[in-house]
Amino acid sequence: MRLKYADNVIFRNYLKDQAKNMEQIALTIDNKKLTVEKGVTILQAARTIGIEIPTLCYFNLGDLQIENKPGGCRICVVEIEGRKNLAPACVTECATGMVVHTHNIRVLNARRTVLELILSDHPFDCLVCSKSGECELQSLAQKFGIREIHYQGEKSVYRKDTSPAIIRDIDKCIMCRRCEMMCNDFQTCGVLSAINRGFQSVVAPAFEMNLDHSTCTYCGQCVSVCPTGALTEQDHTRSVLNALADPTKTVVVQTAPAVRAALGEAFGLPAGSLVTGKMVAALRQLGFDYVFDTDFAADLTIMEEGSELLDRLTRHLKGDPHVKLPILTSCCPGWVNFFEHHFPEMIDIPSTAKSPQQMFGAVAKTYLADKIGLKRKDLVVVSIMPCLAKKYECTREEFSSDGNPDVDYALSTRELANLIKQANIGFTSLEDENFDDPMGESSGAAVIFGTTGGVIEAAVRTAYELHTGKELPKLDFEELRGLEFVRSATVDFDGLPIRIGIAHGLGNARKLLEEIKAGRSRYHAIEIMACPGGCIGGGGQPYTHGDINILKARQKAIYEEDKRKPLRKSHENPSIQRLYEEFLGTPLGEMSHHLLHTHYFDKTGEVIISE
Amino acid sequence: MEKRNLKKVDIIFDISECDYLAVLDKTILRDPDEVILDIIDSGLKGRGGAGFPTGLKWKFTKNEDSEIKYVICNADEGEPGTFKDREILDRVPEKVFTGMAICGFCIGAKEGYIYLRGEYNFLLEELKMKIDLFNKQIREKGLEFTIGIRSGSGAYICGEESALFESMEGYRGEPRNKPPYPTVAGYNWKPTVINNVETLVYVSMICRLGPDKFKELGTKDSRGSKVFSVSGDTPSAGIFELELGMPLNEFVEEFGDGDTKAVQVGGASGHCVPRKQFNETIIGFEGIPTGGSMMIFNSSRSMYNVLHDYLEFFTEESCGQCTPCRVGCQQLLKGIEAVKKGERKPAYLEELKKLALTMKVAAKCGLGQSVANPFNSIIDNFREEIIY
Repeated sequence: MRLKYADNVIFRNYLKDQAKNMEQIALTIDNKKLTVEKGVTILQAARTIGIEIPTLCYFNLGDLQIENKPGGCRICVVEIEGRKNLAPACVTECATGMVVHTHNIRVLNARRTVLELILSDHPFDCLVCSKSGECELQSLAQKFGIREIHYQGEKSVYRKDTSPAIIRDIDKCIMCRRCEMMCNDFQTCGVLSAINRGFQSVVAPAFEMNLDHSTCTYCGQCVSVCPTGALTEQDHTRSVLNALADPTKTVVVQTAPAVRAALGEAFGLPAGSLVTGKMVAALRQLGFDYVFDTDFAADLTIMEEGSELLDRLTRHLKGDPHVKLPILTSCCPGWVNFFEHHFPEMIDIPSTAKSPQQMFGAVAKTYLADKIGLKRKDLVVVSIMPCLAKKYECTREEFSSDGNPDVDYALSTRELANLIKQANIGFTSLEDENFDDPMGESSGAAVIFGTTGGVIEAAVRTAYELHTGKELPKLDFEELRGLEFVRSATVDFDGLPIRIGIAHGLGNARKLLEEIKAGRSRYHAIEIMACPGGCIGGGGQPYTHGDINILKARQKAIYEEDKRKPLRKSHENPSIQRLYEEFLGTPLGEMSHHLLHTHYFDKTGEVIISE
Repeated sequence: MEKRNLKKVDIIFDISECDYLAVLDKTILRDPDEVILDIIDSGLKGRGGAGFPTGLKWKFTKNEDSEIKYVICNADEGEPGTFKDREILDRVPEKVFTGMAICGFCIGAKEGYIYLRGEYNFLLEELKMKIDLFNKQIREKGLEFTIGIRSGSGAYICGEESALFESMEGYRGEPRNKPPYPTVAGYNWKPTVINNVETLVYVSMICRLGPDKFKELGTKDSRGSKVFSVSGDTPSAGIFELELGMPLNEFVEEFGDGDTKAVQVGGASGHCVPRKQFNETIIGFEGIPTGGSMMIFNSSRSMYNVLHDYLEFFTEESCGQCTPCRVGCQQLLKGIEAVKKGERKPAYLEELKKLALTMKVAAKCGLGQSVANPFNSIIDNFREEIIY
């Protein structure tokens, strides 16, 4: 596959080479003189002196270098003296002697016209739009004081495309192409791109097929970056409210690790606020019968996945030529979809362990149902996830029994925030509460599942002790942490060096997979998460609007939660130990195999490109 | 303003002295810088319509420090009313190839490509054969240069140079942000000279006869002659090579049917000149430049329909990338429809003219920027035809 944006990297590097000499550029912006380094754009330069030029299509996730600047929306145009035309500030580099005006009447009029043009082709249903309040187009219209649209031509009308996880409402698309950049450049999935010409141009899958007929992984990064309501999640809040109101149903909820580090943002708390206790209290007030923790299932995942790693390693060391190494993690459903679509020849390499969400569902609808004396059909399992792919995952056929899914509804962090707001719960003033038993107890190892590097660190904590029989001298593996896209580290298992690879972002995962395919991979185990930063940057999290500091704060919060947990290793979780004693037997045992492991499918045949 | 009388010339299609290999032999013995100086001295400006000095373009590209450079011949002749490049490639393709090879020699490019308009695919087979022969001939001369051909898919926007590169690279044809200009980063983000078909033919002529011969024709700002595609209400539609710098009234006298009310100079994206301005309008870079299209309208034509057609064309052919062009073209189209139907007051036309001017300064590429040319010139001169 040739990828447009990947190729542009060549050019970006070229520009960087050009900038190496760190030439200083002196220019004037709005009568203020300033000096910047060569290669800095007018937009960036203006920010250094406190001038915020409005932008719309521009997107930049800070030092992760995820950047979209097609210069398409033309909202950021500025006047450069001596130039006939206005220039987009987001892509125009500063040059010596430039005199820039960012808000003279010519610029303001052009911007207003451009904004009116965008609005003239946009539905006016803000009141019922799920993006209302978070919409970047709406805030621009506010900021510009638009009260009337002078142009009343046509509005483009497009069908809605509904998939299990993502809804495309393309009438609201403003062709900023952020989703296209995410889908192609960062995730290398190649699902969304501009099609058609002229006024008919839209962003869509090839041949305008539906998302569920494409290679979409449902990672939801397109939704994360969409400035308007063109891409949103499938909303299940009504179904959940109905289930809660149904007296015949017992409703159980599980909350993923990354949710507690981000939910507070929806209630005005600073990014990185840990709201575990408040979240539990709120869920209880919403009427959930049992408030459990996906972290419990994450500990369970480590027991199974860690054992599988050790099993494969031991067999490998004994010289078994059929052992597949490296082992790849399988908790991330976006990632699972990715390799099923793009690397079907490698579906026997990832761990067969189900994701924590699905382990939880399988255990809840068997072990828990027995324990509380309920039939499977009377138990509703709801999960709160930072993720949109989880919505698809829980609909997979193999995760159901006689048509009854192990997990009934997966809500995003954003949907939970809406539920709490609808129920008039004063979230910030709630007293902390604890999870219920028996599926609420968890270790710090489970918490860090929420960030890139966390799953493998959790696995190492357990695998080390199971393999060596010794206690880990130090629990914090700093070498596995961070936000670098591809990281590697070697962990010493008492004389046995275990080589670990980590990638977040599917484009980065692709690099590691290509290595494996070519037989060049030197890793024993690889952790992959589809989203930038891992689940903390998931497609279901509160919108960051491109603020990388929010991701960093969430990551910090996750590691803090780990630190303050009395339990920090999955195999030491007493509830997990009890589960094996009472129900499962041993990791990788028959019952585990049946309930906690899965298999993968070659999905290349499911893609339909014409009807 | 300097002007010339209408004069038909025969340079482009003249094959009496067309020994292209001799031109090449002579040129590659010279110093590339000298050849470029000749082109600069000749005053040759790009014949695609924008009129950038060809020699300067070559000089900038030559000065770029890069192992790989390209020469591209833009044969995506998409401007409505233009059909000269088709004829040139059909009748004298070797002159184009020679121009490309000379350019490659001058700037240090080893590869050249012709980007052929999708609708011209009927020329493809024959061109390929002739290119193969030409490649072989220049290889025998020891000139390290190969010409290839790429076919477009029928998008007007791919005639815009950077959209053309994107298209050649296999992507959706969308203009890039500029800078960087092609001379720095063009095809495959390498320094690239991209010239119109006709420009390259004049290059071989200048190399054959010297810049002074070229300068004999035209005016100070518009040297040489130019091939015009004459169409519309004319008894003699077709292709004519004329000296640049002529006043439009002479052109109309020669080609009009006696009842000419307006001439659209430069195709859909050009200017509409009404009868009362024929005398004062010079065809050339000092007046109204054109890529060759001259559409003549007599009094039986409705200028509303003319403008409506142009706007429909732009609404369809915009790449859809930037707001002013994607939405603006459609608003202009729907706007004049609404005024015609009486759904909006004639004063709305002023609103639309302002919109067109915003598109001119805020659109990303030449397409959106030039919609104001036909729009404002037709509205200004034929306002009553639009309203009633």
